[in-house]
Amino acid sequence: MPIHIIDRRLNPGGKSLENRQRFLRRAKSLVQGAVKKTSQERDIKDVLEGGEVTIPLDGMHEPRFRREGGTRDMVLPGNKKFIEGDYLQRSGQGSAKNSGPGEGDGEDAFRFVLSRDEFVDLFLDDLELPDLAKRKVAQTESEGIQRAGYTTSGSPANISVGRTVRRAMARRIALKRPSKEEIEELEAAIAACTDEDERLVLLDQLEKLKAKTKRIPFIDPLDIRYRRFETVPKPVAQAVMFCLMDVSGSMSEHMKDLAKRFYMLLYVFLKRRYKHVDIVFIRHTDRAEEVDEQTFFYGPASGGTLVSSALQAMHEIVRERFNPSDWNIYAAQASDGDNSYSDGELTGLLLTDKILPVCQFFAYLEVGESGGSAFDLSDSSLWSLYERLRNSGEPLSMRKVSERSEIFPVFHDLFQRRETSQEKAAP
Amino acid sequence: MTERLFEGADWDFHTLQRITDACETVAMKDLGLDVYPNQIEVITAEQMLDAYSSVGMPLFYKHWSFGKQFAYHEASYRKGLMGLAYEIVINSSPCISYLMEENTATMQTLVIAHAAFGHNHFFKNNYLFKQWTDAEGILDYLDFAKNYVMQCEERYGRIEVERTLDAAHALMSHGIDRYPGKKKLDLREEEKRAGRRRQHEEEVFNDLWRTVPKGASKTRSAISLERRRKLLGLPQENLLYFLEKSAPRLAPWQRELLRIVRHIAQYFYPQSQTKVMNEGTATYVHYRIMTQLHQQGRITDGNFLEFLGSHTNVVFQPEFDDPRFSGFNPYALGFAMMQDIERIVTAPSDEDREWFPDIAGKNDVMGVLRDVWANYRDESFIAQFLSPKLMRQLRMFHLHDDPEERAGIRVDAIHDERGFRRVRRELARQHDVGYIDANIEVVDVDLSSDRRLILHHHVIKGAQLNETDAKRVLQHLADLWTYDVSLIEVDASDKVLREYVVSPRPITAAA
Repeated sequence: MPIHIIDRRLNPGGKSLENRQRFLRRAKSLVQGAVKKTSQERDIKDVLEGGEVTIPLDGMHEPRFRREGGTRDMVLPGNKKFIEGDYLQRSGQGSAKNSGPGEGDGEDAFRFVLSRDEFVDLFLDDLELPDLAKRKVAQTESEGIQRAGYTTSGSPANISVGRTVRRAMARRIALKRPSKEEIEELEAAIAACTDEDERLVLLDQLEKLKAKTKRIPFIDPLDIRYRRFETVPKPVAQAVMFCLMDVSGSMSEHMKDLAKRFYMLLYVFLKRRYKHVDIVFIRHTDRAEEVDEQTFFYGPASGGTLVSSALQAMHEIVRERFNPSDWNIYAAQASDGDNSYSDGELTGLLLTDKILPVCQFFAYLEVGESGGSAFDLSDSSLWSLYERLRNSGEPLSMRKVSERSEIFPVFHDLFQRRETSQEKAAP
Repeated sequence: MTERLFEGADWDFHTLQRITDACETVAMKDLGLDVYPNQIEVITAEQMLDAYSSVGMPLFYKHWSFGKQFAYHEASYRKGLMGLAYEIVINSSPCISYLMEENTATMQTLVIAHAAFGHNHFFKNNYLFKQWTDAEGILDYLDFAKNYVMQCEERYGRIEVERTLDAAHALMSHGIDRYPGKKKLDLREEEKRAGRRRQHEEEVFNDLWRTVPKGASKTRSAISLERRRKLLGLPQENLLYFLEKSAPRLAPWQRELLRIVRHIAQYFYPQSQTKVMNEGTATYVHYRIMTQLHQQGRITDGNFLEFLGSHTNVVFQPEFDDPRFSGFNPYALGFAMMQDIERIVTAPSDEDREWFPDIAGKNDVMGVLRDVWANYRDESFIAQFLSPKLMRQLRMFHLHDDPEERAGIRVDAIHDERGFRRVRRELARQHDVGYIDANIEVVDVDLSSDRRLILHHHVIKGAQLNETDAKRVLQHLADLWTYDVSLIEVDASDKVLREYVVSPRPITAAA
């Protein structure tokens, strides 16, 4: 009887992926709630690592007709001392344990592991940049060139030598083309041969091998492969986010932690959601500098506070690199609200004249000491300034945060998807 | 002949081939087994998890509940709460056995003997499987089902299909014919049948029929109750079948989906009735094959000890007061009974001669066992072949738990002369699906007024349905029926214990 033994290990995996996605889709709201709850407890970097979530089983329950109660009979193994007619106490172990197999009303919560992607997707699901589509970039699509595999025709400059030689070799092996060594060996054998008859046989063999070598070329036109290139439209980056963070001496460790958490969320959100969003990191004390993300999140700094320096820096960068007619410009600022008194007016002017007119959206996050916000009666100088601006109709959003757990709700609030785009930035 | 099959724990595909050949020789020559052609597939742990979540089948239609299964198994596997099975075997022809790549050479030998010969023989020869399953057709049918569900999703939307399947799954355990019909099941025919029906509908389509005026309808009362019940094929315990044939407002594709779920439920029906026998057979076969291979010197003593270790774990039966106890282990009970039969056939005691006059001392072990494997299911197998000796050995006793009884749970019978028959009958009953599943049937449809579907649940020994679950299942049922559904729980004396009435949710009524 023929027996087939098959190695399935190399079959593509993830056969259950589709079902899993269906399950997640169905349980979406439940999972989302669980994800958000988990994310509050974790360090911000770990949020992105995925992990275990627990959802109530109720919504995902598959009902069946099940019977319960009534009189029950069961046969069990391992009798030690009972004889017919004995009575067992119901409250004791005997009855509780033997409730019959398979009647698992049991677990009301369902635990499972989400992958990193699933986790972050659900985490950021209902967020978006407001008014993104408002300023459509003029259709200046540039084209880029990109490698796209191999082809059998092309210009000689594009011959892929490695690929061609590999194919040639495969063909030579498959067709059993004699190698140079084989022929040399045979020739040596002929030279050393003394017996005439044997020599003739060898010569004949040599002849055949040489003929075969001729019939099967070293490189056949069939072997040649060219590198293929494709032109792909390169979408123009449409949005830029400015992250302005106050790192002056008045910011305590706790405040910096809050601000960094906020930006970390923002950073993750933008990176995951938008392929073509540029992010500019600016940190400031009494001077502002543009930094890379590493420095922004982890570099130490200290000094006085001049908020206008950051706005000025942002303005210059916009002027140099981001033409407001081509770019959707967003800014998020985090600060403890302290600003030197003399700087207030300049900050206001910069905002109203230079920054806000080109911005789609400007978010201001004021971080406070833990437990402080509730009875912090006097507003900070920056807060009252911004509040004035907002009341005069500028596209400003402002929030105060003083606890870790508030970061996500506030972030969510600032960037949640809105049904209709807001009117306030309309000309 | 004394050449070793393998040394140590490593194996490759040549080893597997040698192992299979060696097992086959023993299985065919010494045990006289009769099996489907074998197909052995080596898979990874991840693929095993995949297989778990599609009830072990290599292909299955898509549904979220399988995703839930997968997520659940994956989580508990990763945490180390659950080991994976060494093997999965599919009742198909060729008989497909999945082996895990992590298994050692000894384990591969064990599982090949167990699955590819033990289970395989049982699938091919047991009367239930012969009657209810179509081993040649099942894989093609699953392929058809998968594609059909996919097409439906494209045409009618994922949500609609999901809703129908959810409802069908809820009723799956009541989508089974328990008594053989006239026709043998032919799953290959199913796909063609669906095609023919579609074609027929297209051919006879005539838009004129729509415009034909409808005559005065017959007075409903004229149709007598008896006649109505006969027309609808009532009473009917196969709820899915009844809905497929008689639900008034289902679309053809929905009926086909119900049919698919019903066929699959039917395919698994024999497996739930033969757990003890199936595993007992496979375990007995692997034990015989491994011992034989060891005696022939084809397996080293070390490897044989490794095998004995695994085997002992598999047939371990904790006692009732052991924290690990969770009912009878079908492997343990099945294997013990097979070995006991072997003992009765070869070296019977006087007691055995009295209890089993037909087989005691017959000496043809395999002949008797093959006959048993072919003609019994768990319930009848236990009722026939559980011997007093084995009951004594496992120290079985019977508890009767009546909630009315104040004194507690009564020990009704133990492993003594007075109790043997009662213990045996009770254990057999525990393995009878007729007692395990709730006995629910469609008894009537109120055609004269609101088309209400009436079901009865015949309550046995006071065990009523779990209320929340029953309501949910009935909701699904009502959604398919599209009119009110009522379920009445009646006891043996026709006294009504409880009545459920559920109305369909409006959204499916529009479908």
